[in-house]
Formats: sequence, C-alpha cells, structure tokens
Amino acid sequence: MKSIQISETPLNTAEIISLVEDPNAGSVNVFVGTVRNKTKGKEVVRLEFEAYESMALKEMDKIANQVIEKWPVLRVAIYHRVGSLSISDVPVVIAVSTPHRAQGFEACQYVIDTLKETVPIWKKEIFMDGEQWVSAHP
Amino acid sequence: MFTVKLFGITREIIGSPTIEIQATIGTVGELLNYLKGQYPSLKKLTSVLVAVNNEYADLDSSLNSNDEIALIPPVSGG
Repeated sequence: MKSIQISETPLNTAEIISLVEDPNAGSVNVFVGTVRNKTKGKEVVRLEFEAYESMALKEMDKIANQVIEKWPVLRVAIYHRVGSLSISDVPVVIAVSTPHRAQGFEACQYVIDTLKETVPIWKKEIFMDGEQWVSAHP
Repeated sequence: MFTVKLFGITREIIGSPTIEIQATIGTVGELLNYLKGQYPSLKKLTSVLVAVNNEYADLDSSLNSNDEIALIPPVSGG
C-alpha cells in the first residue's frame, strides 16, 4: 500500500510506477521532479541533496498515511534521491493510484507540496562561481 | 551532555556533522538559545527547528541525554 524510500542511486520511474499498480485503479498519477538548469536566472551546475534519513522516512510515511486518509488512495509510492545530481536528473518521484483521476491529481499534489514543507531533506545549489543552501536565508 | 546531529547549512556553520553540548540545558528553547549564542550565524537563517527522537519538537519540550536531537534548518527537498 505504501512504498517509501530514500535512495543514493538513480530513481527508476517505471519501477516506481509499477509499485502502485492496482486492479481497482482507474488512474495512476505521477510526479517526477527534475533538476532545473537555473535558479532566478543564475546557471546551476548541479544540486547536492542530503537527508536526515530516519526522520525523513518517518515524515514521508506520515504524508502517505495522510493521503490514504484524505483520498481513496489505493497505493502510494514516495521516492527521494540523495547525493549529487546533474541537470535533468530526478530527485523525487511520487506515484499514486486511485479509482478516479481527480482524486489522483489532488493526492499527488498534496504529497509533493507537503514533502517540500516537512521532510528533512536539503539541497544545495552549485553555481559556476559559488553555492547556496536553498531557502536557508530570508 | 547532549549530542546534536547537524545537517545542511547548520553542519557547515558549526563545522561538524555532530556537536557535543556540555552546558546545562533543559529544553529545546534553551538549546537553541545556547547554540545561537555560540554560533551567531544561526540567527541569520530563515528558521532553525529542533527534532527530538525524529519528531519536530516545541520550544518548551524537555531534553534528556539519551534523546536523539537534531537541528533542522529550512528544508528544501523535492
């Protein structure tokens, strides 16, 4: 019903989608986050992600429980990558199966929006001429 | 005595993945005040929260030496 993981190796989107296959599903909604090549007009070379893994898994599990409670979610998978990622690499994949599509869009959006607010994972942007931890300073 | 785990920018500000605290500290709020006194750069962050045993903790939560304690700077996953 729930598949949650933090991975040091590249995420396999097709494999993660297959985790939420369900005969009762009429929809599999998938969010794939990708590394963008710039932030506020500044060229990004790569991103470095780190996690407080034990707590991050616990917070990801809470989010999975919340979507199962709020929507008729059949299966949910939340996978996050850590380590050094290049442009177009995939730091996060979320897949949600539901009987109907509207529920799936809402549930999937809730997972990514809440993950960004509560899960203790951090990313540092590496530029040609410097670096910064995202959101660290006002 | 406490050991505090550090991540992201707090690890870089303090310069180590963990820090041992010898001072007498009873609560999360006291811990934050102590660390902000020792490392003023922490005060410039958007926020610094504390996790106790893998859960976000309130400022008045009490700390025990066998707790797993971590500083949580602004998260930015996804």
